[in-house]
Amino acid sequence: MARRIAIAAPVNVAGEAVPRALRGPGWDGRFTVLILFLPPALLLFTLFVVLPIGEAAWYSGFNWNGFGRPTHWIGFDNYRFVLETRAFWLALRNNGLIIAVSLAVQLPLALTLALMLAEKFRGAVALRMLFFMPYILAEIATGLIFSFIYDGDYGLVASIWRFFGAEPPYLLASTDTAMLAVLIVIVWKYFGFHMMLFIAALQSLDKSLVEAARIDGATRSQILRHVVIPLLYPTIRLSVFFAIVGSLQLFDLVMPLTRGGPADSSNTMVSFLYNNGISRMRVGYGSAIGVILFAICVTFAFTYKRWFMRDE
Amino acid sequence: MNSAETSRAPFDPAVLFKAAFLGIVAIFVLVPLLATLLGGFKSLGELRVNPFGLPSHWEWQNYADILFSGRYWQLLRNSLIISTLTVTLTLIVASMAAFTFAHVRFFGSSMLLSYLTLGLLFPAATAVLPLFIKVRDLGLLDTYFGVALPQVAFSLAMSVLLLRRFFKDIPYELLEAALVDGCSYIKFFRYVTLPLSRPILATVGTITFVNSWNAYLLPLVMLNTDALYPWPLGIMVYQGEYSSEWHLILAFITLTILPTIILFLLAQKHIVAGLTAGAVKG
Repeated sequence: MARRIAIAAPVNVAGEAVPRALRGPGWDGRFTVLILFLPPALLLFTLFVVLPIGEAAWYSGFNWNGFGRPTHWIGFDNYRFVLETRAFWLALRNNGLIIAVSLAVQLPLALTLALMLAEKFRGAVALRMLFFMPYILAEIATGLIFSFIYDGDYGLVASIWRFFGAEPPYLLASTDTAMLAVLIVIVWKYFGFHMMLFIAALQSLDKSLVEAARIDGATRSQILRHVVIPLLYPTIRLSVFFAIVGSLQLFDLVMPLTRGGPADSSNTMVSFLYNNGISRMRVGYGSAIGVILFAICVTFAFTYKRWFMRDE
Repeated sequence: MNSAETSRAPFDPAVLFKAAFLGIVAIFVLVPLLATLLGGFKSLGELRVNPFGLPSHWEWQNYADILFSGRYWQLLRNSLIISTLTVTLTLIVASMAAFTFAHVRFFGSSMLLSYLTLGLLFPAATAVLPLFIKVRDLGLLDTYFGVALPQVAFSLAMSVLLLRRFFKDIPYELLEAALVDGCSYIKFFRYVTLPLSRPILATVGTITFVNSWNAYLLPLVMLNTDALYPWPLGIMVYQGEYSSEWHLILAFITLTILPTIILFLLAQKHIVAGLTAGAVKG
């Protein structure tokens, strides 16, 4: 179909060159497309994405349970309440922890695996797929699987402890270990995604640079340190970006594991928002948390893009 | 060069280290998955003493009970309806917008595109309370559309960007020739752009599907009736009911993640491409 049109066109142009050329890709046609094709996307996006954010800012000024219209204006008190909640700072700290673990454990792991698996050998593709698999599993399912693994009566942890003759701990039920347990699941679930990013980057790498270094007598580790890793910097920055954005959205995984508990010790920002705003229908308070989270996300995205991703 | 290296490889200690490292990571990934699959074949008593080995007695009953219950199929049906709605609407709405941004020059085009890409900056969770009130005021609470429409809205930014990039690669001369030939923009879109763009449509469709199939927060907030629950909500309810009967819960988890794993094996190229493509130009 496409080819037929392409071939047919010049003949027509030759036949009626002047009026056709004048009409060209006309305004009438463009206008119809603009009227028909753009509004659905803009309408949906405005209605369900942009307006709610604006409304969150408006609702955050009220003490409101969601029924009727908001009338009880309390100014910035909701923000004050949020900032005075200990659980908010715990959640923020936990998001920081997730980012730290992503940078210190997940990223090096993903990069190492990518360097190993970007080369061709038997089983490389199968291993890549295996490592990527946790990423496509639903976070809810992952959380449930690990709440079994961590279970003090039935799980892996229980059987290891019993093997050494010790009384098994309930990792998810203790304020000291719950967040640690969540962090391990996060690494399990997301390292494969970052590995795939690096593999994609490695495969599109300019091989001639590596070849040139080899000819110049550089050793493998020198090539790695001075050629390959520097060429991967853009991808590393991207991977860090995703790790941070992902941490700020993390919710589904926490719910089946700990619901943010015990005693708010494993809340993330979003699970804190859910537990304190949504599940109790405290619209004003919850919206204030939402606005704070929004501000963090947007500030971060702009700063990061400006400072670290200027060239891309 | 490369293959010569690999065939020499077994004598290199670095290769041994590499194999050991890959093996450990593979075990780290596999153990939870296998334990879940096998756990579903055990009785509760056996699960307690032998959580990770092969079952001594294969208990098919756990899986059979779930497969013959209406509940499992209802959850899958609900998930399928919501995901299909989301994917269909996203593909239609996003490809129309992407086409306009790619091929139609008009005043404010780049401004509107940046407006849409604002959606990439923050998660749906930030505005979920006002979103709930909006959906309620529209009368869509506790309906499939109440979940699907916000999901479409939130997937638009990424979808439009990916589609537009692909559409832009269709030569402009082709469009020009078609227009001169009396073909309208809409016909060109329908008969040229869309057929030529199957790979990217499949990719965008697959990402949207996986995201919607796995989604938890939006359905949790928008749905109240058990009969409408998609599987992530349903499985949480199930776990609440059978709290420590892990053999049943594990069987249930296995059966609910099975469709995802099958889809992944069938469409892995699209899934990997799609989920990492957003990365190339975020």
